Amino acid sequence: MKDFSLFDIIGPSMIGPSSSHTAGATKLGKVAYRIACKEIKSVEFLLHGSFAKTYRGHGTDKALLGGILGFNPDDERIKDSFNLAKEKNIDYRFIEGDLGEVHPNTVKITITKPNDEIVELVGSSIGGGNIVVCQINGLSLEFTGAYTTLIISHKDKPGVIAKVTTILAQNNINIAFMRVYRYGRGENAFMIIETDDSIEKAVLGCINEVDGISRSYLVTL
Amino acid sequence: MNFTNGKELLELCSLHNKKIHEIMLEKEMKYTGVSEDLIIIKLQESLKIMKDSITVGIKQEVKSLSGLIGGEAKKIYERNIREKSVCGPLMSKAISRSMAVLEVNSAMGKIVAAPTAGSSGIIPGVFITVSEEFGFSDDELVKALLTASAIGFIITRNATVAGAEGGCQAETGSAAAMAAGAIVELMGGTPEKALDAASFTIKNTLGLVCDPIAGLVEAPCQMRNAIGSANALISAEMALAGVKSIIPFDEVVDTMYRVGKCMPMELRETAMGGLAATPTGKRIMKEILEKELS
Repeated sequence: MKDFSLFDIIGPSMIGPSSSHTAGATKLGKVAYRIACKEIKSVEFLLHGSFAKTYRGHGTDKALLGGILGFNPDDERIKDSFNLAKEKNIDYRFIEGDLGEVHPNTVKITITKPNDEIVELVGSSIGGGNIVVCQINGLSLEFTGAYTTLIISHKDKPGVIAKVTTILAQNNINIAFMRVYRYGRGENAFMIIETDDSIEKAVLGCINEVDGISRSYLVTL
Repeated sequence: MNFTNGKELLELCSLHNKKIHEIMLEKEMKYTGVSEDLIIIKLQESLKIMKDSITVGIKQEVKSLSGLIGGEAKKIYERNIREKSVCGPLMSKAISRSMAVLEVNSAMGKIVAAPTAGSSGIIPGVFITVSEEFGFSDDELVKALLTASAIGFIITRNATVAGAEGGCQAETGSAAAMAAGAIVELMGGTPEKALDAASFTIKNTLGLVCDPIAGLVEAPCQMRNAIGSANALISAEMALAGVKSIIPFDEVVDTMYRVGKCMPMELRETAMGGLAATPTGKRIMKEILEKELS
């Protein structure tokens, strides 16, 4: 059975009214913000289940958008996120929809970057402010953001994973969990690496130079 | 230094001749690898957010996003100053402060979920009121937060603190149990008495349904935070006087979990039963939805 930190019990510090509808929603928005490398022209939120039914009353819309602006779940600016997004010329819209057999608090976030590149993320708020990201750009995967998370988009070929883990080892970074997902053999793939230690920008730079890696994203919540 | 239930916690306290908060601090250090200083600093920050949310909610008429609640805390707090309170100044302050935090919560203000956002008023309301009455320092309140978290941990580990899973007994019931146990230890009671108080509190809320009107964490949540505070104080009073819980804490927690599982889903935060399903509850839901859609 799972153990808990006392701050899982006394906490999180957050903007109300609901840990799953606001704190978790902010985190999901923030993961999308990180994966879009903070460059956002417009964003569409497709809300599923309980998110779709009660998002206005719970301020889930403000929280999701607050995450897109890079806010943490305890940032009081979440209340004003509509205005703050307008000031930054970010177009946003919320649509009620059905994402199928997923958790009741699930959202699909579609970001258009200034260069018209699209970033798509599906994630669920699973209670107590905890989240699970379950899809990025159409690829099913899973991570929670509870750890420092490195998401690496790469070519599915021998040696790429070994080179990345070697760089982490050389920098004394311990891997807690790691998974690899791919679209198909020899095609594009994702590595999700959750670490116990924080990752410096310089380390990320070294990883980006590995042959076969097209991009890396660092998610810290 | 680890425990998974009340029995093990009491054994550790007795073996090492320590209080619940000391055992909890050691457990946290071992589990997270974080230093004592950092844990205390983080708890001081939580305490400050709790105090700030009370101040805001008592001084202002904080309206919720939907407009369903707001200003009730200030009303009760000020009546206590103006007139003689029915339940005495201590209780009146505790309940109004708990309600104040829930108002701030429902207005998208900053709070500490303890253990949840919907039950976030109880621990601050009780702690700040008791510390004012008896002159406890912030350091002592931080220790009380540790005691409260130990009780909350046992409930989370063996049952649930989520209204969606166990009803409001699990949510505001757990918060009140955490507050009751912490107040007992703060007032010099033994670890056994702290768990007795937590047991009384949960026994007093067994079967309490989670029926938020229009699905919002506002009503009756705000009033359940008030009764939770009163319940915590009453339970602490009984335990400090030496009243014993006939059923041990772990069995009470297990009972709460089993009762929660027996409850139909309509009564577990779905807004499909209880007060949410009354004609007025349904009308309010329709009005709020129409207001949002326009």
